[in-house]
Amino acid sequence: MIEIKDLHKSYHMGKNSLHVLKGINFSVSEGEMVSIMGSSGSGKSTLLNILGILDEADEGTYTLDGTLIKNLNEKVAARYRNKFLGFIFQSFNLINYKSALENVAMPLYYQGVKRNIRTEKAMHYLEKVGLADWATHLPNELSGGQKQRVAIARALASDPKVLLADEPTGALDTKTSYEVMELIQGINDEGKTILIVTHEDDIAHMTKRIVNLKDGIIIDDSVVTQVRAKSEAYV
Amino acid sequence: MFNIERWQEIFEAISKNKLRTFLTGLSVASGIFILVILLAIGQGMSNGVAKEFENDATNRISVWTNVTSVEYKGMNPGRIIEMDNRDYEMAVNKNSDKIELKSGVYSRWGQLTTYKKENGSYRVEGVRGDYQFLENATLVVGRYINQNDLNSFEKNAVIGNQVYLDLFKGKDAIGEYIDIAGIKFKVVGVYTDPGGEREETRVFIPLTTAQRVYNAGDKLRSIAFTLEKHDKYEDALAASEAFSAELEADLKAKHTIAPTDERAVNVNNTLENAKKFYDLNIMIRWFFWGVGICTIIAGVVGVSNIMLIIVKERTKEIGIRKAIGAQPWSIIGMILHESIFVTAIAGFIGLIFSLILLQVVGPFIETDYIRNPSVDFSVAITTVIILVVAGAIAGFFPAYRAANIKPIEALRDE
Repeated sequence: MIEIKDLHKSYHMGKNSLHVLKGINFSVSEGEMVSIMGSSGSGKSTLLNILGILDEADEGTYTLDGTLIKNLNEKVAARYRNKFLGFIFQSFNLINYKSALENVAMPLYYQGVKRNIRTEKAMHYLEKVGLADWATHLPNELSGGQKQRVAIARALASDPKVLLADEPTGALDTKTSYEVMELIQGINDEGKTILIVTHEDDIAHMTKRIVNLKDGIIIDDSVVTQVRAKSEAYV
Repeated sequence: MFNIERWQEIFEAISKNKLRTFLTGLSVASGIFILVILLAIGQGMSNGVAKEFENDATNRISVWTNVTSVEYKGMNPGRIIEMDNRDYEMAVNKNSDKIELKSGVYSRWGQLTTYKKENGSYRVEGVRGDYQFLENATLVVGRYINQNDLNSFEKNAVIGNQVYLDLFKGKDAIGEYIDIAGIKFKVVGVYTDPGGEREETRVFIPLTTAQRVYNAGDKLRSIAFTLEKHDKYEDALAASEAFSAELEADLKAKHTIAPTDERAVNVNNTLENAKKFYDLNIMIRWFFWGVGICTIIAGVVGVSNIMLIIVKERTKEIGIRKAIGAQPWSIIGMILHESIFVTAIAGFIGLIFSLILLQVVGPFIETDYIRNPSVDFSVAITTVIILVVAGAIAGFFPAYRAANIKPIEALRDE
């Protein structure tokens, strides 16, 4: 599903240049659930941005579902993002003047799906994350956990190949974090490929594979036994 | 352009961001409103000035005399100069090929005029038939003074509309007799004058009758002429200036007045005044256009400013939209579509409000300086379009920039 070969990325700030990724080799096959760990400054967010076609690598190749992602113009990049990827952010990034349902329907709007079909599909995904009753609420009327569920439903709405989550539990308390992880594990069980960036060990162990990043290179890549997030156990 | 999905998206954004929409709309609407009102006041001032000059024929030349102010050929200053029929005939005979309309005038102020129980004090003027056109007067009913009246010293009178209203209170006046300073005159006509009430509180009688009734011999208070028309304004002005100068010189020579005496003989040339009026009018128009253009610029700056703020405020939203698959042009299109829609609606609201105000209040404004302020509709529409286009252009650049920001930068929230 994801093939990365010898990936390099530097940031230039004035005269200083910062070499963030120093040759990453890494692949993910369909149905995997991978966590990318590392201290801050290790390059894990940069890697995720490149994987999410939000940023572009300086060197190396990135193949997503058999498509080489290189030198894309904004138009094609937008289309690939819409078609291949679903994003989950630490700060949720919902549009605050749109209801939960409208937020979930947004990717479908950009796919050119008709309004009534859009609403129907969006409702389906909201049901899936257990927020059907909150469909007409605005983001600021929802709790943090509910917002993240809406964001997950939105990420799923365009039926992407890969879900990319950047610290999805970073802004949530432990209990809510586990509820969200339980939901994400459930989505993975259905066969969706998922990548999670986190710096929390317990969250990382809820995935099936941990990739450890330090100073721009992978220092460890190992399969782990998945810990199921049973939210009831912590109540 | 007509994409129902896009429109739904825009209406949603507008209805959920009421304050933003309201502020944008307010700045556009008030800009248009102020501009239209300004242009209308400018037009009103032009109208007002034009009205001042409608009183009399535009190419009228009037002559009247006063006391001398300069000693000349052994005669003391302070000598009373009076014109008579011979002065009139001299001027007419000498310039018969140039003169179009002509009349000598013998007038008296404050003549008590009575009809039955009603009375008033009016100015009575003895005139010739041409005087109707020299005064720009129009007959409401009946006829003006004619040559026959002059030849046979008829005691006929043409009264102003205001005099008619004062004395006859709307009843039929033609053929009725009014009493002026103890003498009965038959009313043969009622006239109206664009100069308004001041010009309509007068009674005209035949010149010959006036001279006889007031025991004035062949004296004249003033003489009025117009010259033959010229195709070009400059020619007309030159001809009338030459005529005025020559007439003044002739009269001074005939009455033994010093050529340097500026008080004894007065020649007023309306055409010269008209030139001042045209110049003034052009200045008024330029001034208001200048102010108007500044208002548009201020409006454009205001709209641009608001567009910048809107785009700034929506940067994160743009980042989110891009992350979930929005293409740059769809974002630029969305922002511009919304701003054009809002500015156009607001512009027309401002336009409609200002036009309503002008319709309701305009006709009541009839001071000496401002009369019937109004605005050319096509000009108003053009300004609305200018403002909308300017707003769109002003919104385009920040929108374009925002749409090309990398989504990660837009999403970075500190």
